[in-house]
Amino acid sequence: MSSQAENTKGAAAGRPEGGGFADRFSMHTKRLVWVWTFLALPVLFYSVIRFYPTLDAFRLSLTDWNLMRPPKFIGFENYAKLFADPDFWQVFKNTFAYLIFGTPISLVLSFTIAFFLDRVRFGHGFIRALYFMPFLTTAAAMAWVWRWFYQPAPIGVINDVLSALGLPQQPFLRSTTQALPSIMVTAIWAGLGFQIIIFMAGLRAIPTTFYEAARIDGLGEWAILRRITLPLLKPTTVFLVVLSSIGFLRIFDQVYNMTTNDPGGPLGTTKPLVLMIYQSAFSSYQMGYAAAQTVVLFLILLVISLLQLWILRDKS
Amino acid sequence: MRKALLLAGLMSGISMVSVNPANAVEIEYWQYIYETRVNAMDQLIENFEAANPDITVKQVTFPYADYQTRIVAANMAGKGPDVMQLFYGWLDKFVAGGLLQPLPQDAFPHDEIESAFFTIVTAMKRDGEYYGLPTAVRSLALFYNKKLFEENGLDPENPPQTLDELVAAGKAIAKFDDAGNMVTEGMTLDMAGQDHQWWREVLVRQFGGVPYEDDYRKVTYDSPEGTEALEFYTGLQMDEKIGQSGFMDEGQAAFRAGKAGMTIDGTFRLGSFSQIEDFDWAVTELPANADGMRSNYSSYFANGIGAKVKGEELEAAEKFLTYLTSPEAMGIWLDVVGELPARRAVALTDENTSNPIYGPFLKGLDYAHTTLFVDEAAQRQVAIDMVNRVILNGQSPADSIKEAAEEEQAIIDDAM
Repeated sequence: MSSQAENTKGAAAGRPEGGGFADRFSMHTKRLVWVWTFLALPVLFYSVIRFYPTLDAFRLSLTDWNLMRPPKFIGFENYAKLFADPDFWQVFKNTFAYLIFGTPISLVLSFTIAFFLDRVRFGHGFIRALYFMPFLTTAAAMAWVWRWFYQPAPIGVINDVLSALGLPQQPFLRSTTQALPSIMVTAIWAGLGFQIIIFMAGLRAIPTTFYEAARIDGLGEWAILRRITLPLLKPTTVFLVVLSSIGFLRIFDQVYNMTTNDPGGPLGTTKPLVLMIYQSAFSSYQMGYAAAQTVVLFLILLVISLLQLWILRDKS
Repeated sequence: MRKALLLAGLMSGISMVSVNPANAVEIEYWQYIYETRVNAMDQLIENFEAANPDITVKQVTFPYADYQTRIVAANMAGKGPDVMQLFYGWLDKFVAGGLLQPLPQDAFPHDEIESAFFTIVTAMKRDGEYYGLPTAVRSLALFYNKKLFEENGLDPENPPQTLDELVAAGKAIAKFDDAGNMVTEGMTLDMAGQDHQWWREVLVRQFGGVPYEDDYRKVTYDSPEGTEALEFYTGLQMDEKIGQSGFMDEGQAAFRAGKAGMTIDGTFRLGSFSQIEDFDWAVTELPANADGMRSNYSSYFANGIGAKVKGEELEAAEKFLTYLTSPEAMGIWLDVVGELPARRAVALTDENTSNPIYGPFLKGLDYAHTTLFVDEAAQRQVAIDMVNRVILNGQSPADSIKEAAEEEQAIIDDAM
């Protein structure tokens, strides 16, 4: 009896002074606490694995650091050096060439293939698998195979074919004008499978009733494509444009593996920003300088992605 | 009684366990992965452990591209190698970064080093201290394909001895198809291979120039003589048409495939060329200039002791390094890897100097120069670009060499 009285008293008296966790907070607060408890893990993960290194790169870009001595603060010297470096502008130009030509070509190509592949009934799965295969292959292995394709006659397949047809041989990777397009072809070919699959998923997601209605209304194939397919594929296209742009801005594997003898191609004509960062950091050990380049790359990626999202935003 | 025996056995077991760790020291040896080097080191470690049962050596290897980064990262983490292999050209960086400690003078007296080793080991000396010693050294020589020599009316026993003879032999061997495409090279031209060393330390000097001054801190190849050397080199492709840079991807690949009459390469290529079965090849000294002057480039990987090693690990590391630089180790290294012994007495035996393969390399060591690189990859790139500007962009050799000298000087100044 006495214990029950105490309990009652405790509970009644407990309220104003604040009792346990369960009693003290409103339903809303409690839910928030739970949400943040569960979010803590990814938040912690992102802070430690992503945000901290990103912010640290900004700090490092203001230092002179060769990994072996402690970093020395030098302000914006690395940036000044970078913008005065003709190599950087060459690399900048190359990187944008990959982006400006690579992204539209790869998207038009993959859309065209996806569009027609969508209609193929015979061996559909097999053909789709063939297109997807390069995407599964290691970039380094692919790059080496293409590197051999591009060799001069005794070992290069493409030049062998050209000679057999009586056409002049092409220098490809050994030329200051052909090297970048040669590598871009490889990169486009390698990423095609992924883009085709995504485009096909987008095409399949458009309800067939739309097409049936259009055909009843007497719309031609071209009008259907322009008025129905392309507008409805917009979310897919936006996704692929952003993803593919980021991919081309960060191109590295193909370039590095196809030109290991002369990294970045003859006179640096194929060198992208990421390869320059790699060389500054892990070959010359100029970590601060490499960090400054990374920051520049980050800003470019950010601006381009935001710009694309803004241009391709849903206006309705 | 049985209990007593058991107890005694147990006691001795305990004493064994407690005594052994006190005596046994394990040290780590780091090098990059190259099959013959790893095999040779396995043999050396086995011999060393047999002679020093209280020391265990663990060999740790990394791919070449990762090697420096791993050492630096491990040092930052306070867990570096006890004994490590390093390219002589990395020394400044490694010393400045506090990765190495000077070799103790009692175990490695300077006068003994300087009298016993080839003089190029002085590239490991900074501020009066040696930071490492090599087991083996490398030099360059002219490899030639005897079969292609014969087929083109050249005497395979009488390879080119001068630059003019080199050009003549190259022209005799080079072959083209009807469309004018090269099908066989007279000589490989591969600036990314060893040609940049040949140009810097051999051709520039043979044309009367000096590639660097002030201990390799000042670039001086930007001279009329240097320009002539560059004209000669690029002329091999553009005028004489005896080779083509990029032919079969790499010079050594073209030679291996029997598609090149000659190639300039180092001792380290012996292992891979020894697997050639389709034709006989031989080696000769790098060609002299018209006045008979010869030059060569030599380099090496040295072994040094980690900066943080002390106590009994340091003693063990010293013993191991002493063995690695002993005549016995050098003999094994020569047999397995094909690199030349770093001690004169071991290298310059009658057997070695009269050896048709080692002989030319050993002679080359006598007049070799060792470029002190501050950033080997970047400095090599300057040389590659210099040649490409002439061959691909049609720039004049004089302008191209000027640009190269400025770029390389900037790299050297930046590193200082």
